[in-house]
Amino acid sequence: MAGFLVRRFVAIIPVMLLVATAVFLLLKLTPGDPVGVILGPDATEERRQALRDDLGLNDPLPEQYLRWLGDAVRGDLGDSLFLNEPVLSALADRAEPTLLLTLLSTLVALSIGLPAGIIAAQNRGKWLDMGTMAIAIVGISMPTFWLGLILILVFSVQLRWLPVAGYAPLSDGLWESLRYLILPSVTLGVAQAALLARMTRSMMLEVLGAEYVLVARAKGLAERRVVYLHALKNAIIPLINVAGLIFAALLGGAVVTEQIFNIPGIGRLLIQAVGRRDVTLVQGSVLVIAAIYVLVNLLVDIISAGLDPRLRKTEG
Amino acid sequence: MATTVNDVRAATWTPSRFRRMGTVFGRHRSMVIGGVLLSLIVLMALLAPWLMTHDPTFQEPRERLIAPFGDYLLGTDAQGRDIYSRVVKGAQLSLLVGVCVSIATSLVGGFIGLLTGFVPRIDAPIMRVMDGLMAFPGIVLAIGIMAVRGAAISNVILALTVVSTPRMARVVRSVVLSLARSQFVEAAESSGCSMWRVLRVHLLPNCMSPLIVQASFVFAEAVLGEATLSFLGAGAPPSVPSWGGMLSESRLYLSQAAWTMIVPGAALTVTVFALNLLGDGLRDMLDPKLRHR
Repeated sequence: MAGFLVRRFVAIIPVMLLVATAVFLLLKLTPGDPVGVILGPDATEERRQALRDDLGLNDPLPEQYLRWLGDAVRGDLGDSLFLNEPVLSALADRAEPTLLLTLLSTLVALSIGLPAGIIAAQNRGKWLDMGTMAIAIVGISMPTFWLGLILILVFSVQLRWLPVAGYAPLSDGLWESLRYLILPSVTLGVAQAALLARMTRSMMLEVLGAEYVLVARAKGLAERRVVYLHALKNAIIPLINVAGLIFAALLGGAVVTEQIFNIPGIGRLLIQAVGRRDVTLVQGSVLVIAAIYVLVNLLVDIISAGLDPRLRKTEG
Repeated sequence: MATTVNDVRAATWTPSRFRRMGTVFGRHRSMVIGGVLLSLIVLMALLAPWLMTHDPTFQEPRERLIAPFGDYLLGTDAQGRDIYSRVVKGAQLSLLVGVCVSIATSLVGGFIGLLTGFVPRIDAPIMRVMDGLMAFPGIVLAIGIMAVRGAAISNVILALTVVSTPRMARVVRSVVLSLARSQFVEAAESSGCSMWRVLRVHLLPNCMSPLIVQASFVFAEAVLGEATLSFLGAGAPPSVPSWGGMLSESRLYLSQAAWTMIVPGAALTVTVFALNLLGDGLRDMLDPKLRHR
């Protein structure tokens, strides 16, 4: 296991390096001059030159790259062009709603998707199966932002049960915070629940056809025990992989959902940064999101390997 | 001349063909439904110039936010533009982006997959680059590319192609890897086939089914991706009618004018739904082993 952990950790280094390089190039390829963005159109050429020297923009590209990479490794992602604060602290300020939203949505996805997939597999070919799968494919096809708008229309505008948009930090109390996050989490979780239901169903069908399930049934175990103890246990590893994918997808989806519900999270910060051409902030947020994504994938691999010793050998 | 089996077949062909079509519909119901729905959307996009009742971009400030079923079939938006005509026109953008992205992804991803699967020397470096691209959530990568390239339809296509290429490459690569050591490849090589001929004549046809299935899902994702980018204001320029853009504008008038939101979203959902059904059906048909998955 120790060897496996080391190998996995080493394997993410080239990936992160590639990600960082891509993000750096993203900044360099952006048309327009960050100096122009900071100083505005009226600044004199002298002031522009001075600021360029200050920011190191006149140095050769490789030098800039190495300096940026060195800073990034030490956690310094530069200062935002608009917010007058370091990128990292701007991101940290907005991490709470994004993480809460992602976690709650994962919860929604798991608590709907898993049972739905198991029930569909148990009733394979019957109306319950077909109905669940029909709903699932609609759920996958429905864009999150449309679902979000419909939920706002029904629950906030018409019924007035929940706030239309916005966010209350955890320091205002858990319930207050949750009230704002219920609709966004459902919006974001439903599509992933549908995806998970389809995957769970196919994993369960595969496992339910295996010989050890036949043996379990033959020795007279209750169906409930066969399904939950023997079958589900073996379907769980691919499902953990799926759960990792879901968390990652939700991280991307949070960008959209935060925009619909005006939640001041990392995703909304990214969109604002794109709108204002705040390149260092775009760079920093994309890098941090990608880093979280890579770490979650690593975590999933480690959990799977912990549960199934075979994976420690084959995946290296 | 004696009656051959083929004569008998020919004589009984017509009725059995109908019966077979019946079973084809029964077995591939999802594909038929998806195909019909998608054909309707394609027709709508092709016939848009004749179906539209108003100029989809013409703004009439005095006619803003008019409810449906009057002079305007589906009402007007906050700029006084006809929603029905904009939905019809929006189908063009969605399908254009979907078709271009799925073709570009198939070509680029397919090519990378074939090469990396067959030439071990370049496999590792190229697949690491693919891993790097896959390390971004798709939409975040697309937003980043749009931020660099600026609002244009061609950039939307480029961004979404970059996002979906790595997975296509992986799908094709895994097929090639599983076949690279098989006897028919060895036979082709030993009879003097060049590498390109082995790839094109012997390996590519074996990759076609998974490639087509993947391409249909890429199509669905591209339609959703275009709408998402437009919704976020990072897609096609605002002057181009787009379902995602319409939904984004409807957000501000949700309580007074819900009709600005319902139909564009429904059009988008139906299109993606049709494509997903079609993809599921294609997968079941082309890969019987995966059926019921």
